[in-house]
Amino acid sequence: MKELNELNLPANVRYTEDHEWAKIVGSTVRIGVSDYAQDQLGDIVFVEFPEVGDSFEQGEEFGSLESVKAVSELYLPLSGEIVAINEDLADSPELINEDPYVNWIVEIKPADKSEFEELMNAEQYMDMLEG
Amino acid sequence: MKTAPGASGLIMNEPLLWEKGKKGRKGMSIPAADVPLATPEAALAGAGPDFPDLSEIDVIRHYTRLSQWNFGVDTGLYPLGSCTMKYNPKTNEKQAATPAIAAAHPMLDDEYVQGTLRIMYELQQYLINITGMAAATLQPSAGAQGELTGMLIFDAYHKSKGSKRNKILIPDTAHGTNPASAALCGYKPVPVASNAEGMLDVETVKALMDEETAGIMVTNPNTLGLFEENIRAVAEIVHAKGGLVYGDGANMNAIMGIVDLSKCGVDVMHLNLHKTFSTPHGGGGPGAGPVCVVEKLARFLPIPHVKKDGDTYRLDWDNPDSIGRVHGYHGNYGVLVKAYSYILSMGAANLKKASQLAVLNANYIKERLKGALHLPYDRPCMHECVFSDEKQHELKVATLDIAKRLIDYGYHPPTVYFPLVVHGAIMIEPTETECKEDIDQFIDTILLILQEAKENPQLLYDAPVMAKRKRLDETLAARKPCLCG
Amino acid sequence: MRYLPHTEEEIAEMLATVGSDSLEGLFDTIPADCRMTGEIELPPAMTEWQLDDHMAGISAQMKVTTCHKVMVGAGIYHHFVPESIRTLASRSEFLTAYTPYQPEMAQGTLQGIFEYQTLTARLLGMDVANASIYDGGAALAEALLMGLRINKKRKKIGVSKGIHPHHRQVVRTYLQATEFEIVELPIGADGRTDLGELADHGELAAVAIQSPNFLGVIEDLTQAGVAIHETGAIFITSFTEPLAYGLVKNPGECGADIVCGEGQSLGLSRSFGGPGLGMFACKDAFTRNMPGRLVGETVDRDGRRGFVLTLSTREQHIRREKATSNICSNQGICAMMAGMYMASLGGTGLRELAQLNFSKAEYMKAELKKAGAEIVFDSPTFNEFLVRFPKDFETTRKKLFDEGIVAGLKVGKYYPQLKDCYLFCTTETVTKADIDKVVQEVSR
Repeated sequence: MKELNELNLPANVRYTEDHEWAKIVGSTVRIGVSDYAQDQLGDIVFVEFPEVGDSFEQGEEFGSLESVKAVSELYLPLSGEIVAINEDLADSPELINEDPYVNWIVEIKPADKSEFEELMNAEQYMDMLEG
Repeated sequence: MKTAPGASGLIMNEPLLWEKGKKGRKGMSIPAADVPLATPEAALAGAGPDFPDLSEIDVIRHYTRLSQWNFGVDTGLYPLGSCTMKYNPKTNEKQAATPAIAAAHPMLDDEYVQGTLRIMYELQQYLINITGMAAATLQPSAGAQGELTGMLIFDAYHKSKGSKRNKILIPDTAHGTNPASAALCGYKPVPVASNAEGMLDVETVKALMDEETAGIMVTNPNTLGLFEENIRAVAEIVHAKGGLVYGDGANMNAIMGIVDLSKCGVDVMHLNLHKTFSTPHGGGGPGAGPVCVVEKLARFLPIPHVKKDGDTYRLDWDNPDSIGRVHGYHGNYGVLVKAYSYILSMGAANLKKASQLAVLNANYIKERLKGALHLPYDRPCMHECVFSDEKQHELKVATLDIAKRLIDYGYHPPTVYFPLVVHGAIMIEPTETECKEDIDQFIDTILLILQEAKENPQLLYDAPVMAKRKRLDETLAARKPCLCG
Repeated sequence: MRYLPHTEEEIAEMLATVGSDSLEGLFDTIPADCRMTGEIELPPAMTEWQLDDHMAGISAQMKVTTCHKVMVGAGIYHHFVPESIRTLASRSEFLTAYTPYQPEMAQGTLQGIFEYQTLTARLLGMDVANASIYDGGAALAEALLMGLRINKKRKKIGVSKGIHPHHRQVVRTYLQATEFEIVELPIGADGRTDLGELADHGELAAVAIQSPNFLGVIEDLTQAGVAIHETGAIFITSFTEPLAYGLVKNPGECGADIVCGEGQSLGLSRSFGGPGLGMFACKDAFTRNMPGRLVGETVDRDGRRGFVLTLSTREQHIRREKATSNICSNQGICAMMAGMYMASLGGTGLRELAQLNFSKAEYMKAELKKAGAEIVFDSPTFNEFLVRFPKDFETTRKKLFDEGIVAGLKVGKYYPQLKDCYLFCTTETVTKADIDKVVQEVSR
């Protein structure tokens, strides 16, 4: 597993306590998991997606990632409706291990963009990890 | 140190069944037709499955070769924690195969099958006497189904009291199946953290137990191999709030003839006949998970229940409060006969001795290995002891590497990464049927492996090299599932 | 005691290492008020030979002996089992192994179960079969729960009354503490499930039909599947006599989504009803909703083919209360035996044996009709069928029992409207002479 100083935590996304990230892309927000999350989970073998059109509250479970011997639930960083899922991950879940930031999981139409501002930046997230 | 048993013998290759055979071969005789051959109407007729055709010797060689790639208790030490891999006596197999018993049909009237009913009746009595409970059912097919039966009895009991409960307390040192079994009864598991000694804490239980909680599921001895010393106080708290205490008896092998579960405050418990009572695990089953209860819960047990009137045994169906059936017939009957045979062979004194020796073996391993492996809870243990790989972290050697290296030396690895409360757990349960010299050799082998970890960890990373296969790619298996050939 | 290897000397040495002065001392942590007083009440220990005598005595208490021809199936069937299977299944490398958690030490079990899964999927016409569930009853309960998970907005399930009554009882037990409702679907005059009022039951998550059903009748699964799918329900089929699929269309061909049943018929002894084998299969799309263990193919570090337990994230030890089932121990060696049996029969043998079973039943039906008995349902059957006799059959049945034949099962306990009917079963173990003997007694 990576040491904390080996983690890749880009500054252009925001983070949650549950190790998801969110990034505004035009009118939608892309959601994925952090380098820390993919590293902890190890080889990801399956992504359980929500359906396009489903709506979730901030912090609500919207899917899960599976490794061989663990399941990690995914919680939505901000409320909204799922407008797209990353179909590439269905056949190649390992893409998340390869680059967890390029390989987003879902795209949402946010219900309240101000929730985005409440999320942690990279520095705050690192502080949390250092505990 | 004597030479470890691990070696690579003459192990044959063998393809999959359908990669061999020739159309038209037959592996068993089929009687000639003595009635006119008939065929079903065309609309219903099917072509039959695409199976390979093999001769008898094709089948014999196929499975004989496969068996040589396997390791069982008869092959060597199998110290899987929580699994009680004791010797499986051969006479048990013979008794279960007694022709009149093996051929008994389960739907015939009681008068025709007195022998098979008698075995059930007597086994029920024996299990009651061994646990200290008041009544038993033999129907559950395995420990997990026993748990489900127990939870359904909880539900039925609370309903009979006009109370609806929706939570269940489950200690973090309980078996992994417990939450899944409780979930089928709509009980939300509430985790109970164990204390610094690895024990259930009375105050913690007191804080969590309320009148919406159905009760608690306790594994005792727990999965750290420790006897829950506060069990009576815990049971009193649960009972005071109207709850019930479930005892997961998977670890009964430590306490036969020593502990009376009803005195501990346990209301419902299951036994694993395939652990404590020496029936073989069969590479995954069948097991048997009889459930024993205290008097007040006897009316909820599954139907039918064997009763004895004078010299006659009968199936009693008349029990309106019963939770119903959990098995199509009488449970994994053949397994029940094997346990019956074991109990009769052992008798009371030897059952107690078995528990004493199982506990002696585990404590002996604990004492001899605790300098070399980290022992998170250094207290007298019951039938198993739990170490971790903490001391090996700096060598970049993990529990899995130690486990895989044991294979090369001819030992089945212990249970690893369970219980979850111990990070990198190595859970060793030797059982009473292993003698001192074999245990010494096993301990010496672990010490040797830990030495290898310091000097040449690559030996551990590469292990196993002596088995039929090297480490298998479980990630590939899960990413691209191939479940059917 | 021969299972306990410790000498007194060894015990003393080990106690010294442990730092305890006696075996009793090892249990000092157990509070006095939890202790058992006195010794467990059990019969005195028996030697191996005393045990043999004891069991012979029990055996003698069985009125039905191995010489009896038992013309009763009802979910548990008497088929010939070749000695080769008993020999192979008793190999202790298979028998005394645990669940294959360390795949490098269990390739025998793992390949054997992978083969069992494959042959099962082929027999049932499905994509994936699991490594087994306890028995037919538990398999049906698990299948219905799976249907409820797939169709998670619906809270009701439909169960045909043609399903083995004990299996329906198991379903009721499994579901009694849940919010789910069970609707029982009636049997029509033809002995088949009547789906005419299916739509009246509202939205059913899943509907289960057994074929051949408990009364022996082969259901029209294709038509049933169409009707069930029209309501948006998952179509589950169950069975107790999988040998039938050697001759009749398999459930997959008929559109089943999940297939489950009792596999005792495939090489296991009757053994008073257990251990049997819960067979369980489904279509690819539902694999991740399946209960139970699955073996999958993979490669080792040298790229050689090997097998492992896989998709474990569905299971109780990982997903805990959200698992697809609480099952862990299954029927391992029984599944291996079923695999051995299917391999021994082969495709050709399975078909031949199935046809023989079918033909014996057809012969007996025809002969009984000639003797004045009524074959209750006209619909096609496999190796079981329901008979109504012109006059009281009990005396005849007792006489036949004394002559070594168990002639049918009374079904009134399960179907009050059929209280005067008997369910007969004729497998390859029943000869024409046996059948003629019954017919002869009926004609008297």
